[in-house]
Amino acid sequence: MSTAAGAEPTPGAAVAHERTSVADAARGWWQGVRAGDLGSLPIIVGLIIIAIVFQSQNSNYLTSGNFVNLIVQAAAYMTIGMGVVFVLLLGEIDLSVGFVSGVAGVMTALLLLDDGNAIGAIPAIIIAVAAGLAIGTFHGLLITKVGIPSFVVTLAGLLGWQGVVLLLIGDRGTVTLQDATVVGFANDFLPAATSWIVLLACVGVYAVTQISARMSRKKAGLPTEPDVLILVRVLGLLLIGAIIVAVANDDRGIPYVFVVLAVLYLFWTFVLARTRFGRYVYAVGGNQEAARRAGVNVDRVKIVVFAICSAMAALGGIILASRLRSVDTGAGGGQVLLYPIAAPVIGGTSLFGGRGHIKSAVLGALVIASIDNGLGLLGLSSGTKFVITGLVLLLAVTVDSLSRRRQAATGRA
Amino acid sequence: MTDSHPVLELRGISKRFGAVQALYQVDFRVAAGEVMALVGDNGAGKSTLIKCIAGIHPADEGEVLFEGSPVHIHGPKDAARLGIEVVYQDLALADNLDVVQNMFLGREELDSFHRLDEVDMERRASKTLSDLSVTTIRSVRQTVAGLSGGQRQSVAVAKAVMWNSKLVILDEPTAALGVAQTRQVLDLVKRLADQGLAVVIVTHNMHDVFEVANRITVLRLGQNVAEFETKDVTQAKVVEAITAGSLSKVPGQADEVVV
Repeated sequence: MSTAAGAEPTPGAAVAHERTSVADAARGWWQGVRAGDLGSLPIIVGLIIIAIVFQSQNSNYLTSGNFVNLIVQAAAYMTIGMGVVFVLLLGEIDLSVGFVSGVAGVMTALLLLDDGNAIGAIPAIIIAVAAGLAIGTFHGLLITKVGIPSFVVTLAGLLGWQGVVLLLIGDRGTVTLQDATVVGFANDFLPAATSWIVLLACVGVYAVTQISARMSRKKAGLPTEPDVLILVRVLGLLLIGAIIVAVANDDRGIPYVFVVLAVLYLFWTFVLARTRFGRYVYAVGGNQEAARRAGVNVDRVKIVVFAICSAMAALGGIILASRLRSVDTGAGGGQVLLYPIAAPVIGGTSLFGGRGHIKSAVLGALVIASIDNGLGLLGLSSGTKFVITGLVLLLAVTVDSLSRRRQAATGRA
Repeated sequence: MTDSHPVLELRGISKRFGAVQALYQVDFRVAAGEVMALVGDNGAGKSTLIKCIAGIHPADEGEVLFEGSPVHIHGPKDAARLGIEVVYQDLALADNLDVVQNMFLGREELDSFHRLDEVDMERRASKTLSDLSVTTIRSVRQTVAGLSGGQRQSVAVAKAVMWNSKLVILDEPTAALGVAQTRQVLDLVKRLADQGLAVVIVTHNMHDVFEVANRITVLRLGQNVAEFETKDVTQAKVVEAITAGSLSKVPGQADEVVV
């Protein structure tokens, strides 16, 4: 879950060589931070500052109702951003995600249009996501087999898929989503008791995986972290999860889309961290030639990554349509165009490839949505919103860049 | 040692890139337990030759024999399957991955659920490094970006020998290293040969050649010009062969002075 990220100590901080005490682990983490290995620290500090600033300006900011709104508002950016993480890890870019999401949103709405030919919600979603997969595969083929830079391919995609959105909508102007299931994604809520059960089950599974991983390392005679750290992480997840569930239940409850996000987050984190494909994504982003010489099929990795990115964009488009209960000619434009690309960057994923995590999309989208939401509560114009979001993006990249320079200086790079 | 059965033998290898004849009728052999130095000036065809062996640029013509039987190498995976590993000068490692991830890149081990088996990979990587007496690496879970040049080269070599490889090719392994680190890598090269591997070392550095090699093959303008036993030859003689060795074919040119 997105919340687990905050609970664990910065990954990638100094790796302890032998079995270490908690004090050693803490010291190692702090040395890592001082050497510029900041992990998620800046963004968590940033989120706290944002919360304090907006709460002091408008007492409606830190309310349970607004908290639930925030989750729903950030959901589409998070979903699309998770796909963008893959592309950024390769050191490539996908500018077309906004309008690809628009195409999928419009397709879903049209397929569910109550004109006598409506198909079920699930088939409609499958078709829209499959369209995303096809679009991404097409982009990937152009980039790898024809050799056009991804910037150009997806810039053309940005223009072209915007055209497709307009063509699909035609002279309808706005299409209302008429399917209860799809609308329910972002507008219906889990029963309070169910949320608690799901939370406990998740924490239980997390604890079991942590403990079994530790046991197998110990059996193999490898260095292990102190037991207390596992306890701290499990309790941290439980605490943060409990706060989220309690606050949300105080209002309407946990929206279904939150569950979708959690599943996507866990799935893609698993793919990146524990599968061969994930390893190859990092390798190609880090040193394409080394990967090629190690026998990695670089072209195939790239095509699959662009397919994942567009499919996630499609899913994000459906979530967005669900939240708005309709699609119009502006679908996929405006904020959706670039916020999902900004989100992983704000969250700490490098634009130069090889460094980043799925959680960066989640945290970055949370920052963007928090600012958007807060400025909305203050009644500021969208012009101000864009300027401030732009400044935050710049600040995030500056922090990243400075910490990297520090890492290079201290030999941690 | 040099009389033993060759692990790899190349006969009459030629390779063209458009109008450029990069290799012409090159013969080459290396036996188990020996260190063969492949030397030559810039553009002599050393890199092209090892790329042919590694399957990155398949040869246009010629025969490749591995342990006495003819083989065709069409890609890096073919070479790896035979037990040929190449350590490239600067392209071997991905900076953003840790030591274990680099050593297993392209050949990750999976557990029964098809997940990466990190525990087993970490164990094997640690063992390989300690077998090679590479003791300077603090943790196998640190990223390669934080390692020194000698440590990186050691990791690259360890990566190459972990796979029961029979032939290890090192491309300019000491080019970017300081004195102490060069020492570290050359010792490692000697240990590989002592363990019975065939080792090819491509280098410009005559000192390295005479330090570790048993035999020396000299290329010039894409052709064989000489093959020496290290113990029978002087540095001056090798340098002379590199700069002015006789060629069998010089398009549009008269033969040069025979050494």
